[in-house]
Formats: sequence, structure tokens, C-alpha cells
Amino acid sequence: MANLGDRFRDLGRMDTMGSRESGLHRLDPRAKVLATAAFALAVSSFGRYEVAGLLPFMAFPVSLAILGEVPGGYLLKRIGLALPFVLLLGVLNPVLDREVLLQVGPLPITGGWLSFLSMALKLVLTAASAVVLVAITSMDGVCQALERLGMPQVFVVQIGFLHRYTFVLVEEAARMLRARELRSNGHDLTHREFGPLAGHLLLRTWDRAQRIHQAMLARGFEGEVHLLRRPSFGLQDALFLGAWCVAFLVLRLVNLPLLMGTLVSGGAQ
Amino acid sequence: MSHHIVEAIDLCHCYGDGTQALTNITFRIHHGESVALVGANGAGKSTLLQHLNGVLLPTSGTIRIGEVPLVKETLRDIRRTVGMVFQDPDDQLFSPTIGQDVAFGPLNMGLPPADVAARVHEALERMEALHLKDKPVYRLSAGEKRRAAIATVLSMTPDILVLDEPTSGLDPRARRQLLGLLKAFRHTKIIATHDLDLVLELCPRTLVLHEGRVKADGSTREIFADQALLTACHLEKPLTMQGCPKCGGIP
Repeated sequence: MANLGDRFRDLGRMDTMGSRESGLHRLDPRAKVLATAAFALAVSSFGRYEVAGLLPFMAFPVSLAILGEVPGGYLLKRIGLALPFVLLLGVLNPVLDREVLLQVGPLPITGGWLSFLSMALKLVLTAASAVVLVAITSMDGVCQALERLGMPQVFVVQIGFLHRYTFVLVEEAARMLRARELRSNGHDLTHREFGPLAGHLLLRTWDRAQRIHQAMLARGFEGEVHLLRRPSFGLQDALFLGAWCVAFLVLRLVNLPLLMGTLVSGGAQ
Repeated sequence: MSHHIVEAIDLCHCYGDGTQALTNITFRIHHGESVALVGANGAGKSTLLQHLNGVLLPTSGTIRIGEVPLVKETLRDIRRTVGMVFQDPDDQLFSPTIGQDVAFGPLNMGLPPADVAARVHEALERMEALHLKDKPVYRLSAGEKRRAAIATVLSMTPDILVLDEPTSGLDPRARRQLLGLLKAFRHTKIIATHDLDLVLELCPRTLVLHEGRVKADGSTREIFADQALLTACHLEKPLTMQGCPKCGGIP
């Protein structure tokens, strides 16, 4: 099951990226978390048929990914993981809402397709911003920011552990599936095998998670996330957060593609 | 230096399912001693080690680190004093990079970032693992993982080092390197292992556990020369003490 093993390495790569040194990485995690939250809020506040107005919001994840040296291919792969959810949530929209809202040349576009596209765009944008956030902050950095922003410690620790547990789960699953595959004589995994395998996986990961927790306790872990980098919220952080918030507000109030279209078509007349 | 003493008095441990893992274990390990804990699989070595820094608490009896009894209230201090290196380095290394993992302990101790960075550097350098600082765990070989795992504990500057199977899964060169590094430590060392040749090199004193009880406690050479004891405890003489298979001579 080389595939699952590769996925695990891929997951780890995101964490490793978060511990790099760059101007963006050095910013206070709170500034980045708040900017991402403002971004998600602005994107989700658009109406269900809005598509054009959402496009300029691409600037946020794309520019951060470029400045934070997050590889494009990697980012697209991670966003790809969110696509099945989009399909699942919006697949019925074009069927249920058939009212034609737009005519592009000879092609009539129904409300269902517009709302599907709008939803897909919103999900891709928020997923991209979340992936970039972790890649330029690290999961521990995000947890620390949430804690310093007032989230109860018990929730922060849960998020941190959930993140670590993903690694344990994938690693153990990869081992089990490899062992099965080597003796499966080419047969696919059947639903009969799946039940016991899943149960066994849970028990194995439970044991392993317990040992990791013991190792953490043995080194003084008492429920609080500490980071070597604990920056104070400075001018740079305020500027980063303020500039993006203003940008989101402007882009939310002014439909930039529509405005440009009007200007261009007005100029042509 | 009395705080480097490790003492168990009538220590018993019974697991939740009723398994009696340890029965009336009593020993006293002094400052700077290097003691091996040997025994067959299931003899109770790992259970005993887990009592030394409070991962498990005794069902009855007492553990003392220095003059401090190990109870819930003293756990924090005892965990700073006793550094525990787990059997599987993958359980010990859980942060994105080795540097962050080595910093985990000192950060939990509340040290300022500059001190933490200095300790990380020092611990990694001591384990000849400074070049691994920014590497993720899954890129490391078994030997590198083991050295990094020990560095995660050294950065907390413990007085007592407890190592569970430090050489398992290592190739001969990595094992030799680790042995050299461990030899240089001045800490009180307690090493649970099946590698009896390592015991001969590192530990003048050996505790033999069998079915949860201390079967022997004394000089390593004397214990390893006692064939009847070794057989009764499902152990074999270390290779270096076994005669040549051809001529029967001992090198």
C-alpha cells in the first residue's frame, strides 16, 4: 500500500513546511489565523448565485502560497481532497433548480449550476486558505494562536491531538494494509475483511496513541502547547491583518470583475 | 548528590485485568551507578521501568527518587529528574522536526526560548545528531531515530537516565556508536535490555527479573557466570563470555 505511505509523507510535509523560516512564517500566528477567519467569513457571506465576485479572493491563498514557498502542485493536491465533498453537497443543485438565470451566447445557465459553481468556489477558496495557513504556520502554531485568542485549552489540545492522531492512524493503517496485501494474492479488500481490520486498527492506534501520550507526559507535558517561537503581536502583524481585512471588505463591497467588465465595455462604446 | 538515588521498596504492580506484573521488588541504585535490568520477555522489565517516572504508579510499595517518594504530587519534579527513553523511538518522536521534538521537554519546563535553543543544540551535538535538527522523523534511519530520541531526554538535563532496549533494531555500527555515546554519560543509568554484551560493557551491576520478581542483584560478571541462574531465568551468557564453538576457549 505504497499509496497510503506516500500520503503519510505528504501529511508530514505540511508540518515540516510550517517550521520553515520566512517573513510570513515569522508573523504572529494570531494575525494569520484571524486573517484566514476574516477571509472565510467574507467568502461565505456571498449570495448563493455569486461567482464572479468570488474570483478576486483567489489573491489571498495564492499570494500567501507564493510568499510562503508552498509548492503549487502540493496545494492543488490538498485542495483536491475537498472536491468529493463539493460534489456530494452540490450534485443535486442543477437538478432541483432549473430556472435560467444567465445566457452565455447560446448556452442557458440555470440557477442550479450557478449555485453549484459558487459553492464549489467557496469551498475551494476556504480549503486553499486553510492548507496555506497550516503550511506557513504549522499546526502547533495554529493551536497556540487559538489558545492565545481565548479558545478554551481543552479544545485546543483536542485539535492538536486530533492532528497527531491522524499520523498515527495513517501509519498504522499503512502497516496493516501492507501486511494484508503481501498475503492477499492479488485479491481486493472485501467488506468481510474490512470490519475486523478497522476494529483492529482502532485498537492498535489506541495503544500507540497511549504510548505517545506517555512519552509526552514523561517530558513534562501538562496540557499546554508551547512553541519555541512565541512572537508578540507587533506592527508587522497588525499591518498584515489590517491590510487583508480592508482588502476583503473592499472586494466584498465592490464586484471587481463586474466593474472591470463595465469599464471595458463602457470604454468600447 | 542523594537526589540521584533510585530506590524501590516492596514494589508490587497488578494490572487492571488481574495480571500480577511485579511482586515485592526491592533495590537501591546509587548516584552514578550503571545498572542493567535483564530478564526474559514478560519478566516485568518494561513495567518496572514505567514506575521509575510515574507512567505507572505502584499498586503497593514505594518508589523513591532521591529522598522523594513517587506520588502524584511529586510527578513533575521526578519527571525532570528521571529521563525515560522509550523502547520504540517512533513513540518518542512526535513533532514535525527533530529540533522541535528535542525542544518539547525544555519548553514544557517553562525555560526561555534562548535557553531552550541552547539545550537543543547541546543535546543534539552530544548525540552526534545536530545535522538532523530540521529533518522530519520519517526521514531518519533507526540509528538516527534512537540518537534523536535520547537527545529529546538529554535536553531536559535529567540526573537519571532510564533506557528501554536502547540497541534493539540497530545495525552493528549504529549499536557501537550508541554504546560509545552512552559510555560517556555520567548519569545514573538504568538500562533494560536483551543485549547482554552491552550489559557487560556498560553496566557493572545487573538486576535479573523473572516472573515479576528480582531473582538476582549483583555484579554483572558474577551473574553472567552463574549458568544455573541464567538457565532458570531463560537467559544465555553474552556472546563474549561463550567459548569458541570449535576449541571451547574464551577470547
